[in-house]
Amino acid sequence: MPTHRAVGTTPVRKTHRSTAIRLAAIAAVAVTAAACGSGDPAPAPGAGNGTPAALEGVGPITLASGKDTSGNMQKQVDEWNKLHPDQKVTIVELPESADQQRQQMVQNAQAQSDAYGVLNLDVVWTAEFAANQWIVALPENEFPLDKLLPATVETGKYFNKLYAVPTTSDGGLLYYRKDLLDAVGAQPPKTWAEMQEICEKVKADNASLDCYAGQFEKYEGLTVNFSEAVNSAGGVVVGEDGKPNVNTPEAAKGLQFLVDGVKSGMIPAEARTYKEEEGRRAFQAGELIFHRQWPYQYALANASDGSSKVAGKFAVAPLPGLDGPGASTLGGHNYAVSAFTPNKKTALDFIKFMVDEKQQRANLMATSQAPTWAALYDDAELVEQFPYLPFLKASIENAQKRPSVVKYQEVSTAIQEAAYSAMSGEVAPADALATLQTKLEQLTAS
Amino acid sequence: MTTMVGAPVDPKPDATPPGPGRRAGVGRLAALLVSPTLIVLALVVAYPIISAVRLAFYRQSDGIDPQTGILIKGDEFVGLDNFFDMFRGDTGDRFLNALLNTTTFTVVAVGLEIIVGVLMALVMHRAFRGRALVRASILVPWAVPTAIAGLLWRWIFQADGVANDLVPGAPILWTADGPPAWLAVVIADTWKTAPFIGLLVLAGLQVISNEVYEAAKLDGATPWKTFWSITLPLVKPALLVAVLFRILDTLRMFDLPYTLIGPGKDATDTVTVLAFEEAVKFGNYGQASAYSVALFIYVATVAFVFVKLLGADVIGAQRGRKR
Repeated sequence: MPTHRAVGTTPVRKTHRSTAIRLAAIAAVAVTAAACGSGDPAPAPGAGNGTPAALEGVGPITLASGKDTSGNMQKQVDEWNKLHPDQKVTIVELPESADQQRQQMVQNAQAQSDAYGVLNLDVVWTAEFAANQWIVALPENEFPLDKLLPATVETGKYFNKLYAVPTTSDGGLLYYRKDLLDAVGAQPPKTWAEMQEICEKVKADNASLDCYAGQFEKYEGLTVNFSEAVNSAGGVVVGEDGKPNVNTPEAAKGLQFLVDGVKSGMIPAEARTYKEEEGRRAFQAGELIFHRQWPYQYALANASDGSSKVAGKFAVAPLPGLDGPGASTLGGHNYAVSAFTPNKKTALDFIKFMVDEKQQRANLMATSQAPTWAALYDDAELVEQFPYLPFLKASIENAQKRPSVVKYQEVSTAIQEAAYSAMSGEVAPADALATLQTKLEQLTAS
Repeated sequence: MTTMVGAPVDPKPDATPPGPGRRAGVGRLAALLVSPTLIVLALVVAYPIISAVRLAFYRQSDGIDPQTGILIKGDEFVGLDNFFDMFRGDTGDRFLNALLNTTTFTVVAVGLEIIVGVLMALVMHRAFRGRALVRASILVPWAVPTAIAGLLWRWIFQADGVANDLVPGAPILWTADGPPAWLAVVIADTWKTAPFIGLLVLAGLQVISNEVYEAAKLDGATPWKTFWSITLPLVKPALLVAVLFRILDTLRMFDLPYTLIGPGKDATDTVTVLAFEEAVKFGNYGQASAYSVALFIYVATVAFVFVKLLGADVIGAQRGRKR
């Protein structure tokens, strides 16, 4: 198959006849792929598993992504450019806020602009971009999907087709003050009740400390934290069948944990204004005993330049739950090919290059972003450098993905509304969940 | 104007400027000279307004193909449904709440800004050492971009910020929701735009003749009496224009609530925030247009009532007549 495509893409001027031959060759490839590619008995004309005919065209492309804070993405792109001087990739840096990244990508897609070639999508955007056909379906057999963590691959799929390939993942971890827990002879908690007990013991000597915080400001982070609480209590927000099922006793217990936490002071009142960074400042200032946070905090909180008062004094554990270990919400980013770029073959090859073990290892080393390549989590050398990797792997493997729905933004807003109003004490948790269930049913009905 | 248009057409339109033929063809020439402006205005003002109004009667279809999950695209005409939705059900609650916020922000913030702004103008008008410095420093907030000001105030109002250090008692969650959030926006907006009123009022103060004040002094008027009977009536035209501008501006307030508190908060969502969320975040351009059209009508009504009731002299008709 690759040889066929190579023929089709030689950059030589062609006559009409050879164009026809080329088209025929592509058609032949398409037919072969449809026939032998998936071995699926169900015929899917025109929308086969691979749709290889759509992914051609080589030349310069762009990579639209959030801020390249570490500068490592540029390094990786430089490496690609050295190998493929005729298919240069240029990074288009989008704003730091995920909402604004999405807005720019959506606006470009709505204008059918080819300004962005490869899109670095947040895992929750896949459904919206795929349903709008702003990104193209990718041939699954072209990627080493079996080498990636299965949970992450699922986030790139929509209606059983692969639309995006995961390059980084993310899972929540429980950061805890090891020095304080050791002082009272406690092990990291497995349940919320244990966490509360430990807090009480620790606070007996350190009354000024706060027990627990996550991301509770009214934004995407609250959706993440609410879903985690619900999942950790054995409930679901949106079930496997895509149907919302949040008005359940399990979900109520999850929400109750957050509501009670605020009421009892176990979650400090300020935490209701925390996004990632506010919470990180509080943890680094030594104000928190437990903190639910992404892996990126590990390196920053361990910085020995004086910016963190807790350097060397903390460790991580899996998130606690109601009766046992909790379930994280899955984060991370996937690469997808814009439907409007003319150079889709280059985009595809570039994604293959970036998702490869070598690049993922380099990215982990440089940015401490969670890789999707499963083997990296068991690499002794890496584990030594990033001691949280085993916990992170467990967190990601057990993680639940957020609802994969086209109207994700509205779904997330409804979830935030319910969680926020319950946590502020305005609405009773049961009422909040009942309202949420009605809203989600409206939003997911098609 | 009427005499110009009605002037007889001169047979020599190309006559040199000082001659009597200068008036000839002036109307036509004026139309020609103005036409580029009119075309630009039609493109950047008329077209978007008409387009937004049209959009307000449509709704994007949101069905997906059950086999492939692909969105079935297309707009459907829904008549006045988008407008009805603003007053019923869930969306109705949100809209009416936003409308209330918009109105209370306008009344309270502009009220405070008038008081603070007039005081600033009186200070800036005084002759004293370092006046230039005071004038410049008073105007600084007005020169700061609002979105940046919103972020700066967010730092001040965050849980461990300066505002909570100044206020005794348990920390107030200014940026969360509820009355403190509303107050935070009012404070930031007053800080931001009182200088604007101060600037326009200062311009009004500077044209008041000193003789009036001297006469008042000779008659033994107290400073208080002088302010109410002389200063205020004489700066009223300038003040009214400034207030009208501020009202129109505050009614479409977006950046402060959005950057300082964040969207989705009941206490601070304005109609513009709602429209932005619907359009940019949810992609419901029809509903967003309906919100914008409703706000457009609201703003136009307020401006009309304000001009009619208080006689704000926006286009300078008063001054023209006096001359």
